[in-house]
Amino acid sequence: MLKISHVSKTFNKGTVNEKKALNDLNLTIEDGDFITVIGGNGAGKSTLLNLIAGVYPPDCGHIVLNQREIALLPEHKRAKFIGRVFQDPLMGTAADMEIAENLSFAARRGQRRTLKWGSTKQEHEKFKKQLAELGLGLEDRLTSKVGLLSGGQRQALTLLMASLQKPELLLLDEHTAALDPLTAKIVLDLTQKIVEADHLTTVMITHNMNDAIRMGNRLIMLYNGKIIYDVRGAAKKALTVEDLHKKFTEAAGTEFSDDRAVLI
Amino acid sequence: MALLFSLEGAIGQGILWGIMALGVYITFRLLDFADLTVDGSFATGAAVSAALIMMGVNPYVTVFVALLSGFAAGAVTGFFNTVCKIPPILAGILSQIGLYSINLMIMGKSNIPLLNSGTMFSNLTDVLPNLGWITPNYLSVICIGVLFVILVIALSYWFFGTELGASIRATGNNANMVRANGVSTNMTTMVALMLSNGLIAMSGALVCQQQGYADVKMGIGAIVMALASIVIGETIFGRKGGYLRRLISIVVGSILYRIIVSVVLQLGLNPDNLKLFTALLVAIALSIPVLLEHSSQKSAYKKLTEAVESVEEKF
Ligand SMILES: Nc1ncnc2c1ncn2[C@@H]1O[C@H](COP(=O)(O)OP(=O)(O)OP(=O)(O)O)[C@@H](O)[C@H]1O
Ligand SMILES: [Mg+2]
Repeated sequence: MLKISHVSKTFNKGTVNEKKALNDLNLTIEDGDFITVIGGNGAGKSTLLNLIAGVYPPDCGHIVLNQREIALLPEHKRAKFIGRVFQDPLMGTAADMEIAENLSFAARRGQRRTLKWGSTKQEHEKFKKQLAELGLGLEDRLTSKVGLLSGGQRQALTLLMASLQKPELLLLDEHTAALDPLTAKIVLDLTQKIVEADHLTTVMITHNMNDAIRMGNRLIMLYNGKIIYDVRGAAKKALTVEDLHKKFTEAAGTEFSDDRAVLI
Repeated sequence: MALLFSLEGAIGQGILWGIMALGVYITFRLLDFADLTVDGSFATGAAVSAALIMMGVNPYVTVFVALLSGFAAGAVTGFFNTVCKIPPILAGILSQIGLYSINLMIMGKSNIPLLNSGTMFSNLTDVLPNLGWITPNYLSVICIGVLFVILVIALSYWFFGTELGASIRATGNNANMVRANGVSTNMTTMVALMLSNGLIAMSGALVCQQQGYADVKMGIGAIVMALASIVIGETIFGRKGGYLRRLISIVVGSILYRIIVSVVLQLGLNPDNLKLFTALLVAIALSIPVLLEHSSQKSAYKKLTEAVESVEEKF
């Protein structure tokens, strides 16, 4: 279980560029939840995931993962519990290293790096099987440099890497946004498969409303650094894209009327 | 004949300085960290070795202590960068400048001649036979140089295949991915800087013993010579291929660099202009691949465009 309470994050505090990205946010993620996160550009979605992953610390508040307070834990120490896939396909892999080396590197997530061999033959056999399941033909290219792969192949690989060492929490930040529709579908199906197989607790950001409704058991909408909508189970399944659009405009509307109130 | 003699010297020098280039390779290509500590830590190795030899310490032991002093120098740069968050180039410059004073402190003066003290090389020269085609003096340099180079290449090859070594290579590729997989990039940066400067200082100790003196200025321009060795090696062997091949290409590059230098000196280049010559050499070697790529792309474009146009005209 991940419990986020009273977390705020302001960028460039005290300058003209000051931006309150998250505003006193509270969220409890139950084990086995698969949450899709939607919201406009700049709503604070990535900030939320980056705070959970420890890319930067929150200004205030608690982030508790399975009874451990992790709010101020450095990024690499949290990585033991958290798997991530990023929007940019280049972010999740090391381009000049072989596919097998990347997988071996990720298979040791959270472990101490020793002077033992970095990528062993036994592992390669296992990787071959796991790569074959992706259905992208990567199983025959274990010694190819990752830089030679396409964006979609790299995202699929990153996804596999994130799940090799079963994470307590899987964070996906628009991980199909840079892919063509067909490849995006392949990677999303793969996501579904991996999450279900390992019962991973997952948070997935997406701009695709259909995917947000179709996938997962819970949906949250962010607006201006706050959660303005949180729906799960049957109610979520019954949502339509129009419902979500309406929610958006409603939220934006109240904001505008607030502004007007201030002006008057 | 004079050229041939200088060739023997160049090979030995190339091997000893090649160890420095192997050290620079760790930061420059693997970690992707432009470390300028080099000029300081190279002289530190020489200073430590010379000062200890004057105190009567075994010359081989002094090389080991020089290695440790290089670890320390790299750790200081690592501290500046990872803890104080000073950008790589500035962190290296700070260490380099600071080391100049420290090296003077270690030596007590700006130059220590070792002419009357035994070094690894003079001790070996005394027991080597004269083969005729090579003097015992040059032979000793090559023997000891090859021994150390094989040791360094073997250990490097092993280390960068381990979990820790792979983390350093990954850091040079994508620091973000390294942290996301639970490895501190501060740690990998620190370890890489220490190892790199350790090898550099070790090379300084070897060169100092070979030339028979340590000088506080002997590291000036070392970074550029290392880059020359790396890019000459890459120009000849290419940047592809296995890791072992890359390491060997650096040492070969270093030897070739020394041969080029001795040839241009024979041809009458003023030694004062050597640094300018080296700088130009590196600039040219770095730009050749880019220029070649550009011109081949241009000519291919011309050819293909002409081809499609000639097809069009037929209709
Ligand atoms: N590192 C940063 N430094 C300064 N401002 C930032 C930083 N990261 C985010 N912001 C700002 O915080 C706000 C929220 O950004 P965030 O990236 O969380 O939005 P998002 O919901 O992920 O949007 P998008 O859909 O465009 O990815 C934005 O106004 C953004 O400009
Ligand atoms: Mg975002």
